[in-house]
Amino acid sequence: MPILSLMILLPVAAALLLLALPGDDAARAGRARMVALATTLVEFAAGIWLWLNFDQTTAAFQFSENLPLFAPYVSWSLGLDGIALMLIMLSVFLMPLCVLASWVAVKKRVPEYMAAFLLMESLMIGTFAARDIFLFYLFFEGGLIPMFLIIGIWGGARRIYASYKFFLYTLLGSVLMLVAMLWMVGVAGTADIGELSNHDFPKEAQFWLFLAFFASFAVKMPMWPVHTWLPDAHVEAPTAGSVILAGVLLKLGGYGFIRFSLPMFPDASAQLIWLVFGLSMVAVVYTSLVALVQQDMKKLIAYSSVAHMAFVTGGLFALNTQGIEGAMVMMLSHGLVSGALFLCVGVIYDRLHTREISRYGGLADTMPKYALVLLFFTMASVGLPATSGFVAEFLVLLGMYQTSTWATFVLTTGIILGAGYMLWLYARVAYGKAAGEDTRAMPDLDAREIAILAPIILATLWMGIYPKSFQQPMKPAIAAVVARLEGRELATVPTDMTLSAARPALPSPAHAAEGHH
Amino acid sequence: MHPIFASIAIAGPETILTLGSLAALMLGSFTPKHRALVVTSLFAVAILAVAGFSLMDAPAGRSIAFDGLYIADDFSAFLKVIIMAAAAASVLLALPWLNESGTGRFEYPVLLLLAALGMAMMVSANDLLTLYVGLELAALPSYVLAAFSRADDRSAEAGLKYFVLGALASGILLYGVTLVYGFAGSTQLDVIAGLVAGQPERSLGLLFGIVFILAGLAFKVSAVPFHMWTPDVYEGAPTPVAAFFSAAPKAAALGLMARVLVVAFPGKVAADWQQIIMVIALASMVLGAVAAVAQTNIKRLLAYSSIANIGFALVGLAPGTPAGISALLFYVTVYVAMTLGSFLVVLQLRRPDGGTVEQMADLAGLSKTQPRLAAALTIFMFSLAGIPPLLGFWPKFAVFQAAIASGQIGLAIIGFIASVVAAFYYLRLIKIMYFDEPAVVLASEGSKVNGAMIAACALFCSPIGMLALSPLAVATARAAAALFPA
Repeated sequence: MPILSLMILLPVAAALLLLALPGDDAARAGRARMVALATTLVEFAAGIWLWLNFDQTTAAFQFSENLPLFAPYVSWSLGLDGIALMLIMLSVFLMPLCVLASWVAVKKRVPEYMAAFLLMESLMIGTFAARDIFLFYLFFEGGLIPMFLIIGIWGGARRIYASYKFFLYTLLGSVLMLVAMLWMVGVAGTADIGELSNHDFPKEAQFWLFLAFFASFAVKMPMWPVHTWLPDAHVEAPTAGSVILAGVLLKLGGYGFIRFSLPMFPDASAQLIWLVFGLSMVAVVYTSLVALVQQDMKKLIAYSSVAHMAFVTGGLFALNTQGIEGAMVMMLSHGLVSGALFLCVGVIYDRLHTREISRYGGLADTMPKYALVLLFFTMASVGLPATSGFVAEFLVLLGMYQTSTWATFVLTTGIILGAGYMLWLYARVAYGKAAGEDTRAMPDLDAREIAILAPIILATLWMGIYPKSFQQPMKPAIAAVVARLEGRELATVPTDMTLSAARPALPSPAHAAEGHH
Repeated sequence: MHPIFASIAIAGPETILTLGSLAALMLGSFTPKHRALVVTSLFAVAILAVAGFSLMDAPAGRSIAFDGLYIADDFSAFLKVIIMAAAAASVLLALPWLNESGTGRFEYPVLLLLAALGMAMMVSANDLLTLYVGLELAALPSYVLAAFSRADDRSAEAGLKYFVLGALASGILLYGVTLVYGFAGSTQLDVIAGLVAGQPERSLGLLFGIVFILAGLAFKVSAVPFHMWTPDVYEGAPTPVAAFFSAAPKAAALGLMARVLVVAFPGKVAADWQQIIMVIALASMVLGAVAAVAQTNIKRLLAYSSIANIGFALVGLAPGTPAGISALLFYVTVYVAMTLGSFLVVLQLRRPDGGTVEQMADLAGLSKTQPRLAAALTIFMFSLAGIPPLLGFWPKFAVFQAAIASGQIGLAIIGFIASVVAAFYYLRLIKIMYFDEPAVVLASEGSKVNGAMIAACALFCSPIGMLALSPLAVATARAAAALFPA
């Protein structure tokens, strides 16, 4: 059974159905919500089926399909390895929650809204499942269209500016990648991602190819200094749009690094870790400081996303198993936690229609259930043990320490700063006095909102307490990536990045080598 | 059989068009006036269809007719199919407008038939003189068409402007032809190639000849720096005429350009014209993208869009390889569908006062008042912007793939960046339709035929059109191979 094709085509079919629904506006809206929820739940069930039937012992692509449907340009070639599986799981898990979160908040053009989300879902699944490099690009870029419409039609006050910025920023990054892809396929003679991952491109070429891909993935990630589209897009997007943006779209950058940059350009990756580490270090400290002074809740969480994504890039470019695994867990964890934080903001935004932090306060008294949930996700974002954030940060730092102690040191300060802005946010929102009568009058979580947030709480705890369920499927695929990187790493890692002051703590291999001199 | 009859048989489509246009002229004159336009139009469509289908049983391979003046091969057949289809669509799409505006004279389809004949000659020209005759035959009806609504000052101005500049370009082209004849010794394309290859060193006069010919042709395809007439003529000419200008003549002129350059000037002179093509391709892409940003008139916007698109298509010509020519033909095919579709949507809309839509601001909130037309125009805009998975992405992909395969990576990078700039103004139209509130409520003119053509173009440009990728790739590759005799 071509399960992946079905998973990609079902939301498209449902979206077309939504647009053709009969009836007046109210009836159409009601039906559209039901159809969208049913579709996303079926997709989630299909995702579970994939996970259960996934062979966790191999790095090979599974559930493969290959149809030369669009030859000679691109072939309909799909398949999953563990990394792609986990990211697809994240997408199909968040999707029904997004539909539920928009149940009452979105009032205008509901069928079109749901259709855009379903299209988004199918493009995301396609991105992770594509095995042809151009098919990947097709899904990767195609996602811009529904997101542009979601931000632009259903977004906030500055939605138009934000939608343009989102679209053009990411498009500009991507076209350079396309040039590189065209060149690579011309040289290697294949568009299959698996074969390209084992093709040794000349070292000088790798440098330029790496930069071209970097232009795209760094924007998608987003990395400092090309992160500025993210706060704008987040602030203006509707709640569910923010969840998908943070939960899944930001993962495309990290996925791109691990699927393309690391295995296809291993030499360039090893040579350019100073670039990635440098940008990650700046990002963590700078965006954390920026997050501290935000007045707008969504903007604060958006900046915290940039900081968390810097952990992902740091972990990936540690170029070892712990770092890459940590980066993957960080992506999954961030998808859950920051998605949930945006949902939490959405809950109070639906009541008071403002995201100004100063307009809230004292919610621990008036909305105790909400305050508890928010506390949980604040802690998960900070990286408290037993939540998924801890596992991720710990693994990333462990991996990075072997490559560069200096970068690890700077990133660790990011954790402290992160605790600072998140706890301060919580204090201002949940403690103290309510800012006004309307704030005090806000009702606590209703059943629908609990139904949205509870699954994410469970998943976050599961990933924090028994991360093996999530790591195990990815291990063979990550091992394959690390195998590609081995041997190139040691010769090119700039050892001077390590600080002598950090030496006594735990000597890294590079230091041990120095010690023999 | 006398050779002239064999030649006429080879030039079947042109023969049908010649006789057909004369018959259409008679038919229009002798039909009662209130029915003349519809009857002649339907007759013209039938003639174009017959001419198009007559290509089907043309003999495979290449046939030369009229002592080497005319060639029929896969390349010309492919382009003729596009030209006939685009011309037929142009005849049909004008009908509602012609009836409404009171300019409904039956000469309109006849002029289009004559222009189609000229364009068919252009893509089948195997001699610089046939080329010139075809070009002029296509151009003269176009000048008249541009000025078709005589009462409108802007239309008359457009016609005059087009005529004066077009005549100038024809003069330059003809001068280039004489230079090439003088320095190479022939006007027949394949003979020129042989003679040039035999010359011991590259002659400067020949280079001048190539440059002049290219300048004349660049005017016809409205490539920078010979593009200045395009926005003015598109804006002034009646909208259906602008739609026609943006489709079939571009396909014909690009085909002609490819044939002249690849067949007559291969080998050592190729590097010379490749540089020129690269420069005008780059300039067209960049200027088309940048200048369109400030436009407020839809027709001017589409004019700049067609300048930019011609630039992208020329990227396929720059390498001078079979893959590049194949990509060029692919680009032309998809471009014709995208641009005709966009014009059709604009033509379908009516302001409350009954006028056609000209200003972009008129489209505000179209997604609420005319959701289907807005959706179709959105597909065309995203497709023109080259966003996957819409079909418009793939021709860009193909031309840049050809460019990169022959080492022109810089051209590809600048081209893609220009396409991002261009995406900005295509997005603006979508923004106006979807994000803004309606200012005036636009009505749909309601023509079923035009509605069906919009639907067909939209379907072709949507991701479903990707199913046509494989057959199109086979057809364009075969057509391109005809220019490169083994």
